[in-house]
Amino acid sequence: MIRYQSLLNFTFLLFFTVHLWAKPIVVCESCKVKSISEGIERAIDFDTLIVKKGTYKEYNIIINKPLTLIGEGYPKIDGEDKGEIIRIVSDNVTVDGFFIINVGTSYTTDYAAIRVVKSENFLIQNIVLEKLFFGIYLEKSNHGKVYHNKIIGDAKDEYNSGNGIQLWYSHHVEVSKNIIQGARDGIYLEFSDDIEIHDNKSTDNLRYGLHFMFSDDDVYTNNVFENNGAGVAVMFSKRIVMKGNTFRKNWGTAAFGMLLKEINDAEIIENTFEENTVGIHIEGSNRITYKGNNFIKNGWGIKVLGACYTNRFSGNNFLYNSFDISYDSKLNDNVFDGNYWSDYTGYDLDNNGIGDVPYRPVKLFSYIVNKTPEAIVLLRSLFMDIIDFSEKVSPVFTPDNLLDINPLMTQVQ
Amino acid sequence: MPLRPLQPNQLMLKILKYSFYDLIRSRWSYVYFLFYLLLGFVLLFLNNDVSKAIITLMNVIIILVPLISTIFGIMYFYNSKEFTELLLAQPVKRSSIFLGQYLGVAGSLTLSLVLGLGIPFVLYGLFKSDAIFDFTLLLVTGAFLTLIFTVLSFNIALSNENKIKGFGYAVLLWLFLAVIYDGLFLMSLIIFKEYPLDGFSLGATMFNPIDLSRTLILLKLDISALLGYTGAVFKKFFGTDQGFFVSMFMLVLWTVLPIWRLIYISKKKDF
Repeated sequence: MIRYQSLLNFTFLLFFTVHLWAKPIVVCESCKVKSISEGIERAIDFDTLIVKKGTYKEYNIIINKPLTLIGEGYPKIDGEDKGEIIRIVSDNVTVDGFFIINVGTSYTTDYAAIRVVKSENFLIQNIVLEKLFFGIYLEKSNHGKVYHNKIIGDAKDEYNSGNGIQLWYSHHVEVSKNIIQGARDGIYLEFSDDIEIHDNKSTDNLRYGLHFMFSDDDVYTNNVFENNGAGVAVMFSKRIVMKGNTFRKNWGTAAFGMLLKEINDAEIIENTFEENTVGIHIEGSNRITYKGNNFIKNGWGIKVLGACYTNRFSGNNFLYNSFDISYDSKLNDNVFDGNYWSDYTGYDLDNNGIGDVPYRPVKLFSYIVNKTPEAIVLLRSLFMDIIDFSEKVSPVFTPDNLLDINPLMTQVQ
Repeated sequence: MPLRPLQPNQLMLKILKYSFYDLIRSRWSYVYFLFYLLLGFVLLFLNNDVSKAIITLMNVIIILVPLISTIFGIMYFYNSKEFTELLLAQPVKRSSIFLGQYLGVAGSLTLSLVLGLGIPFVLYGLFKSDAIFDFTLLLVTGAFLTLIFTVLSFNIALSNENKIKGFGYAVLLWLFLAVIYDGLFLMSLIIFKEYPLDGFSLGATMFNPIDLSRTLILLKLDISALLGYTGAVFKKFFGTDQGFFVSMFMLVLWTVLPIWRLIYISKKKDF
């Protein structure tokens, strides 16, 4: 009986203390705890900090224990351009619902609004960032999530602006439903493997909407990249999967929907490239599957430069591009099969949905424009149509095996 | 009661009206109108897609409209020569006679073009499509090309008494501006490719009304490709509204200058 009672007492005590631990620390202007740093100092592991609505002029907030920071009514943290604002150096940290403004700009240190350093299982969500240098910077941090943040930058020059979300040596991170605009690069990945990037909207950034370097096995799906300085760049990476993304209105002399440079074994499926100067610009990329993509009203649908081998293009729609494919060498090792080309003029006598005459996607004119760029003003002139026709009949300048043997008669749905 | 003499402007309108109805009576306007009507319907029926039809239509407009206007203009001028000479014997201003005839021919051709293409596109739901601006631009350039090539052919006819010669020059003019000019243009671009050529290539476009109209349409249809070229002049021309206004201005100049020459020569010419 006594034993029972002591057990009961013990349980009661345990329950009570747990309850004590779990009591959140409230930070507000009229509370006992007036600043977030102070709140973190008072907290013990696995505490919750609730930050009430108000303006907190703080910077260099270091979260060095597993904490949950929740902002109520988007409390404003104003860094007053003095430097970094939040630095997470502990595992299991959640930061939720803050409005962070005025990150310091520096030419020597990459100040970020939120920096996660060598930490695991972090969750950063519902953050609004304005007037930033770097936004969310993950450094050697794995297994985290960056979810539903809004990053509004005002980058003017590349040399004194930072990236919206940057991952550096970070693996297994999920970046989703973020809105990023006006940064240098919207999302930047370097040496980061197994990343999932989905449902983000990256627009009006100074350089790239998304920038990949040396990052393997990443997946990005259903993102929208619009009106970025140079579109999206994917470089030096292996086994990337890109699916259902939209690349729109990236105009300019060095702009493209997507740049692939030294990319191997990737899958590019069901993406839409619309009204870009170049839909996809490919350099030195091999064994890539392009399937079910839409290339609509681009200057160049696909521009192939340098050595690109055993790529396969099938089931894509090429609609009203000024040039469907541009090619600079006479050698072709890539397969074009079963695509729909809006410029196709052949017929289908056996009515099987596949044109009876092969389609040559590379026009002589695109070859001429590669050599003499000014000739672009002769686009769609009768003279060009005549020489394109003669090249179509007997290819001299363009690779003669570059053709789609089974061009579709109707669009791929 | 004595008849009140007609004012010069009224006279011109009267001659314009006469030429206009003359063309309608001769059924050529109808043929031209029906041709475009059919073309519009066939294009839309085959493609069922307004934006693709507009691209095909552009090719038709920049090639066929100049050809038809040239041939029509020169034929009409030679055919109505006797009537013109009869009018010249009357106390009528020469400019009224030639301007009236010119505007009658060009007006009826433009009307056929605009109605012939407009009706099928409107029936296929153009107003609901966002291609309406492209289409309007297409019709405006088509109208300009009609005006320009008709007056150019009138000029040729006025300077050549010999019908065969005049006809030959007119066809040659079309061939030159539609095909040969671009060939020479491209050749010079390739030969001088070591030099910065963007200024030159835009300049060369301005001296050919067909290229000029093509540029105007390209500004709408292929702007993404045009902006791919590195060059400050190009960027300024195509990247801002400057290209549109400069091209439009040049088209107006291409219309006004030959009309001025037509009046000038007709005043001095000994018939």
